Amino acid sequence: MATKVIMPKLSPTMEEGQISRWLKKEGDKVSMGEPLAEIDTDKATMEMQALGNGVLRKILISEGQSAPLGQTIAVIGEPDEDIAALLSEAPPAQPQATEQKEPDVPPPAPAVAQPQPASKAAAAAAGPRPVDNGRQPQAAASDSGRMIVSPLAARMAAEAGIDLRSLQGSGPGGRIIKRDIEAAISQPAPAAPSYPRVVETTRFQQAGAAGYRDEPASQIRQTIAKRLVTSLGPVPHFFLTTDIEMDRAAEMRKGINALDPDLKISINDIIIKVTAAALVQHPQVNASYQEKVVRYYDQADIGVAVAIEDGLITPVVRAANQKSLSQIAAEVRELAERARSKRLKPEEYMGATFSISNLGMFGIDEFTAVINPPEGAILAVGAMTAKPVVRENEIVIRQMMRVTMSCDHRVIDGATGAKFLQTFKKILENPLYLVV
Amino acid sequence: MSKQTAAPPDVDPQLLKNERDEAKNRQKSRLTGLDKEKLIELYRQMLLIRRFEEKSAEVYVAGKIGGFCHLYIGQEAVGVGTISAIRQDDYVLASYREHGLALAKGMSARSIMAELFGKATGCSKGKGGSMHMFDKSLGFLGGHAIVGGQIPLATGTAFATKYQGTDQVTLCYFGEAAVNQGAFHESLNMAQLWKLPCIYICENNQYGMGTSLARAMSLQNIAQKACAYDLASEFVDGMDVLAVREATLRAVERARRDYLPTLLEIRTYRFMGHSMSDPGNYRTRAEIEKYQERDPIKLFAASLLEEKIVEQKGLDEIDRQVREVVEDALRFADESPLPDPEELYTDVYANPIEPGRK
Amino acid sequence: MATITIREALNQALREELARDDKVFLMGEEVAQYDGAYKVSKGLFHEFGGKRVIDTPITELGFAGLGVGAAMAGLRPVIEFMTFNFSILATDQIINSAAKMLYMSGGQINIPIVFRGPGGSAFQVSSQHSQALESWYAYFPGLKVVMPSTPADAKGLLKSAIRDDDPVIFIEQERMYGNKGEVPDDPDFTIPLGVADVKREGKDVTIVARSLTVPLALKAAEQLEQQGVSCEVVDPRTIRPLDIDTIIASVKKTNRVVIAEESHPICGVGAEISAQIMERAFDYLDAPVKRVSGADVPMPYAKNLENLAIPDVNRIVAAVREVAYID
Repeated sequence: MATKVIMPKLSPTMEEGQISRWLKKEGDKVSMGEPLAEIDTDKATMEMQALGNGVLRKILISEGQSAPLGQTIAVIGEPDEDIAALLSEAPPAQPQATEQKEPDVPPPAPAVAQPQPASKAAAAAAGPRPVDNGRQPQAAASDSGRMIVSPLAARMAAEAGIDLRSLQGSGPGGRIIKRDIEAAISQPAPAAPSYPRVVETTRFQQAGAAGYRDEPASQIRQTIAKRLVTSLGPVPHFFLTTDIEMDRAAEMRKGINALDPDLKISINDIIIKVTAAALVQHPQVNASYQEKVVRYYDQADIGVAVAIEDGLITPVVRAANQKSLSQIAAEVRELAERARSKRLKPEEYMGATFSISNLGMFGIDEFTAVINPPEGAILAVGAMTAKPVVRENEIVIRQMMRVTMSCDHRVIDGATGAKFLQTFKKILENPLYLVV
Repeated sequence: MSKQTAAPPDVDPQLLKNERDEAKNRQKSRLTGLDKEKLIELYRQMLLIRRFEEKSAEVYVAGKIGGFCHLYIGQEAVGVGTISAIRQDDYVLASYREHGLALAKGMSARSIMAELFGKATGCSKGKGGSMHMFDKSLGFLGGHAIVGGQIPLATGTAFATKYQGTDQVTLCYFGEAAVNQGAFHESLNMAQLWKLPCIYICENNQYGMGTSLARAMSLQNIAQKACAYDLASEFVDGMDVLAVREATLRAVERARRDYLPTLLEIRTYRFMGHSMSDPGNYRTRAEIEKYQERDPIKLFAASLLEEKIVEQKGLDEIDRQVREVVEDALRFADESPLPDPEELYTDVYANPIEPGRK
Repeated sequence: MATITIREALNQALREELARDDKVFLMGEEVAQYDGAYKVSKGLFHEFGGKRVIDTPITELGFAGLGVGAAMAGLRPVIEFMTFNFSILATDQIINSAAKMLYMSGGQINIPIVFRGPGGSAFQVSSQHSQALESWYAYFPGLKVVMPSTPADAKGLLKSAIRDDDPVIFIEQERMYGNKGEVPDDPDFTIPLGVADVKREGKDVTIVARSLTVPLALKAAEQLEQQGVSCEVVDPRTIRPLDIDTIIASVKKTNRVVIAEESHPICGVGAEISAQIMERAFDYLDAPVKRVSGADVPMPYAKNLENLAIPDVNRIVAAVREVAYID
């Protein structure tokens, strides 16, 4: 007798659950009480147990997808039983962006978003065999790593700035098709900062030990954790540090802002523009390592790290090399505003070619930043402080600022990075170079 | 009622050689009653065809003519004799060995030579070539390359002229090998059944490419085949231009007056190969030479001289004139331009449709 | 507007064009005294006489060539093949004479001829009598190929074909002669060649169908509507020249195409349309173009086998569901 597996209520406040991991595959034998899947609830990830005996005939909601309480998410039955009736009751799956193994072919989308590591095998099977008046074969569970996309979906994804690697295709063979893109556009990736969840905290007290409380990691915290672990681990970082004399830049800033009270250029805006200018002169740094291919970008899209309530996000100033200081300043202001109020769209925080993180306002002299994958480098900017330095054999006071550049050694070598930093320093110390 | 003359003896060159004098005598009797201008014109046309075809052979081996080139040398009397019996508004349809027929029908040597050269000034704008000469204004409807393909077409033009109530006739030329094609039989059947004014002219030059008549045909008497369709037929000596003319006049009369078709089996010979690419090892040099003794142009010249219609220097003058025409045609063809590349896409449809346009 | 069968529509078209132009005549086997093997020419011999409506011996190559010759000399023949299977005998004249005459004569001689008759399958008439040859003829520049699917299309297109100055291959369908539809009363009603017709509008999947598969596609669309899939049915009507723009506009709208045809798949019209869609609408395709064609076998006699050999509504529905990623 075939039975439906429905989304169970695993916490008092749970309204919907997300499949974190299936512990059984279609065709596996299942017995009463065996764990079937791990489900992300609003609180935590819980195990779901099978309530029937038989074979897991069909999985209706894949990993990463969500379903409300009570919805059929799988069917258990005898191997040869007709389960069509049960299947027809299940509403069509809601495709959502989820983790996927990195394909060996880069996707056609120009906006490179944040790829997720493979924590489980995805359904990216080989392309369909040629058909002769027959149906196309269904996706095998095998993983060849090749992503297949319909031409229409590829175009839609490119236009919407969606990274195809972040999608699970619902077509045959795992093909990404139009409805997958439509769903991705209407539902942003779970890696995106979401609205803060209402969380309950529980307090524990144990005699003698320090008290503590556990708070469920917010989505954003989880995202940061996941993403930057993937960076520091696989990406071979090396670090270049240099001190920059900021006097002339500071003076330029004062001068510009004096022209017009509305301008309000900040040092960081100048740093962004100088970075972009330097990238134009050193295109090998405006690059990204993509499995077997090094991607060189045509323009400098600078990600500017912005601290927000839960953590950190990097809205992107596109084509900063073509924008004026006032444009950059206005844009950064606006993007930061919307970042803090969580109104950024995916294409606004995805796809930077180079990032800048500035902790100067917190009095940090220097720090090393972790590269935002898949970018090639990141610049960590420290505070501007008056310091004594030796110029022409004399000790003078200058406004010094220390920057540390983290480089991905797979795409940037020491000398390349150093030359870039040299140019960056040259321009920032003599900002008149910007108008030359 | 079918009217047949007895079939000639088998084509033995020895016998043909003996026939030469007999033919000359027959011809002599026909010369009376025809006006001198007309006779000289017949001679001139045959010689023009001869010189034109000789020149074509020359320029073909020089590489100026591409593809196939099927020459009419030896068969001039057939073309000239038959066409002399019809009007300009009568139709002629032929096979790919049609240069001589085109000239006889009145097409200019220039337009034919230019077509052989594939030039824009050719009669078919360079898009047909040797096998597809056309001139609608003169009723010369091609030039067809599939053996026997022109036979149903000619039956159709005859159908059309009768349908339209005119007394135009159609002459349809084909070789004896085409007689084995189904299209021949289907056409003759319809022509007699519906009484169509079509004259089927079988130019029996005794070889279908490399295959002699004896090797291809069970009943080699082609004129006799007409009785299968209850159709009138005649056997004609194709080396005698006047004999050809007279037989054609009889057939034309029958067609114009009674809409009755005729099959003329005209025995002739081609002195060159099937085409310029033919090695010709299926017949002997001796055989060719025997037939060349009955060269229709030589025969006719002899008759004209003997009857004092013309003198030798008159004949030489005609030769000089036709050579001049041929040289002029050659120059014209040489100097003419190739077709415009845009012509590749023209003349596919008389009524080209831009799809989607309502 | 009158509701008539395709047979009647063709009959009207012939009658009207015979009356309109003296140069038009109808020729074929049994077209006159027998009133036509499929009664398409019923009554025409009686009305126009033996000069305009002519019975032929069984001599396809002969009368096809005669027709072309008559066209060369100024007439406008309508040559009927009792079925297009028999046209195979006449192909030398259709292809080497009719299709090429204008071109090889350097534009001097056009051939305003119509070769018409039923093509494709009938009911259990076996392999030699059931062939769909449109892709053969569509292959040749110089020919035009038309396939109507409704009475209005049949009448309007046949009139246009007869008035066209080029050779037109006009392929009817024996199974459909009795199909009914509305036809305008206007005696000068024509439909231009080279214009496709959207028989049903929809937004999810395009079905390109012709002749026999048009009513099948429309039925499939009805069923699919109940299943929540909105199908657009496009009937090219003229195969050469093909109104590909209408098909492409539909594909750009729906992003998914099924081509339904009773002919074999190999080197068929569906293959051509598929190639053109791939060339012109590649970035609009959400699924590969799917063809539902006749089986790649000679037509069998047995009733069940014959039904398997021809597309049906279920196969079209299944194909649509496949490209729409349902199931």
